[in-house]
Amino acid sequence: MTVRLLQQTRLVFVRSSRPWLRSPMALLVGVAGPLVYLLLFGPLLKGTVVRGGGNPWQWFVPGMLMQLTLFGAAYAGFSLIPELRSGVMERLRVAPVSRAALLLGRVISDVFQLALQGVLLLATATALGFRASVPAMALALTLTAVLGAAISSASYTLALKIKEEYKFAPLLSMLLVPLMLLSGVLLPMDAAPSWLHTLSRLNPLTHVVDALRAIAVGHYGSHATLTGAVVAVVLAVLAVAWGMRTMSRELG
Amino acid sequence: MIKVRGLTKTFRGRGNTVQAVNGVDLDVAEGEIVGFLGPNGAGKTTTLRMLSTLLRPTSGEAMVAGCDLLDDPAGVRLRIGYVGQGNGAGADQRVGEELITQARLYGMTRAAARQRVDELLTRYELQGMAGRTVRTLSGGQRRRLDIVMGVLHRPPLVFLDEPSAALDPQSRSNLWQHISSLRDEHGSTIFLTTHYLDEVDALCERILVIDGGRIITEGTPDGLKGEISGDLVTLEPADPAAAAASAEQLPGAREVTVDGATVSFRVSHGDTAAPELMRTLEAAGNPVRAVQIKRPTLDDVFLTLTGRSLRDADANPEPGQGE
Ligand SMILES: Nc1ncnc2c1ncn2[C@@H]1O[C@H](COP(=O)(O)OP(=O)(O)OP(=O)(O)O)[C@@H](O)[C@H]1O
Ligand SMILES: [Mg+2]
Repeated sequence: MTVRLLQQTRLVFVRSSRPWLRSPMALLVGVAGPLVYLLLFGPLLKGTVVRGGGNPWQWFVPGMLMQLTLFGAAYAGFSLIPELRSGVMERLRVAPVSRAALLLGRVISDVFQLALQGVLLLATATALGFRASVPAMALALTLTAVLGAAISSASYTLALKIKEEYKFAPLLSMLLVPLMLLSGVLLPMDAAPSWLHTLSRLNPLTHVVDALRAIAVGHYGSHATLTGAVVAVVLAVLAVAWGMRTMSRELG
Repeated sequence: MIKVRGLTKTFRGRGNTVQAVNGVDLDVAEGEIVGFLGPNGAGKTTTLRMLSTLLRPTSGEAMVAGCDLLDDPAGVRLRIGYVGQGNGAGADQRVGEELITQARLYGMTRAAARQRVDELLTRYELQGMAGRTVRTLSGGQRRRLDIVMGVLHRPPLVFLDEPSAALDPQSRSNLWQHISSLRDEHGSTIFLTTHYLDEVDALCERILVIDGGRIITEGTPDGLKGEISGDLVTLEPADPAAAAASAEQLPGAREVTVDGATVSFRVSHGDTAAPELMRTLEAAGNPVRAVQIKRPTLDDVFLTLTGRSLRDADANPEPGQGE
């Protein structure tokens, strides 16, 4: 049973990865946003003072990693909608394939893509002045992978429910911009008015960004790192469970 | 191969309820090619989607390919092939890779999958297409690819939803040959939906006519045409009035009309009834100069059953229904 599940997940993963592996431009376009921020916004950080002193890149780059993950994974569901409409999903669902594999294969493909983009982002950042050890970067990428799995699962689930691009796109932009701004990716939330600060603490992504920043300065075992890791894992478990439930239900 | 009793499906949306399938009973024997004929919105796709485990019936029960639809959907999935109304291959995928993935999802080994895919690409005249991106195929090629995907795992029962919709006449008859050979060479049972009369005429041994979610009749294409509307017999006798009177005496003759020098009537077996009548008239000194027997079309059948023509029904599809 589990062997079948792994085998089928691998088949769906390979199938989902083929189109983007064949056109590496898609990979670059996905990482272009955060890279532009690094190149054009990053230099402004020189001379700014980060709380507790130190290199401002260590504060800024984790935010860009979050932006990459959030935007990269949230749009994953877009690839599902044409396949729902055309009959591809119908064909796959008639086959004796586990519904979990149909979801997980796609999610893992997205996570794989995000990881490659993350490596590119960290390499560029390092060239610009970001300093972190290889284990720190690996840990940061692992954390973004877990969060990416959560977001991409949620995106597929919403796509399964919404089924139309013209409704899905506005929903995403409505959700993503506030989530990103509230997580303190661009500017620190320390100086925020208290209502904004509270909202920001309620945003689970804030805790993951805090964890990435702690990791970037080598505080692996800190409270912030642990909280962020727990938040990411819980989000991933909930989102994947929600996705599997939706995927197992009939398409109507 | 299929045994369905009391199958219904009700879609409940916000504020509106659609009774898409409304108490369908049907039986399909092994090795049959059965056509499921009906206008747009009749409930063909909904029935097919229930029988292939994609939709849960609102009520009713069914055995499909030897497995209980409700208790053992996994067993049904293993034993059926399903070619939906849309295209089953991903637009960004390559033909060969998509097929091999499909075969492997059914549990074939890599080598077996590759061999089977090569065999079917050749058989369905898609050789040389393995490296092509699905998006670049023509409509007919994509439809053949859909069928290849549906039969890769050699299913004993194949469902086809409007296999030849939107194809040109030549591609359609070519596709019909492929479908017939599935049964003739591999003994597969085939259940297909269509709203084309020529398709059931060319392909099916038996048809079920569905309208408004109910099966309104079934039979062989010839039987239905004969029983329901009857053949139209037109004669040119020397004495039309006397001939009309004799025609009235024929068992089963109806709609006897005289129009100038011609007499016409409908009868179940025009090919045997007409010579019989001609002999009677001849013996009575009323020779017949010309005779014409017109077999009814399935459209006549549909008209008789529903008071609407299939084509009219098609011309006014339900809102939101595409071709
Ligand atoms: N998911 C759904 N939700 C609500 N109504 C539906 C749904 N699917 C089908 N219907 C309705 O059920 C009825 C039967 O639809 P179905 O697709 O089975 O028709 P069909 O015979 O296949 O028609 P066509 O020839 O157009 O393919 C239609 O009135 C349709 O609008
Ligand atoms: Mg249909």
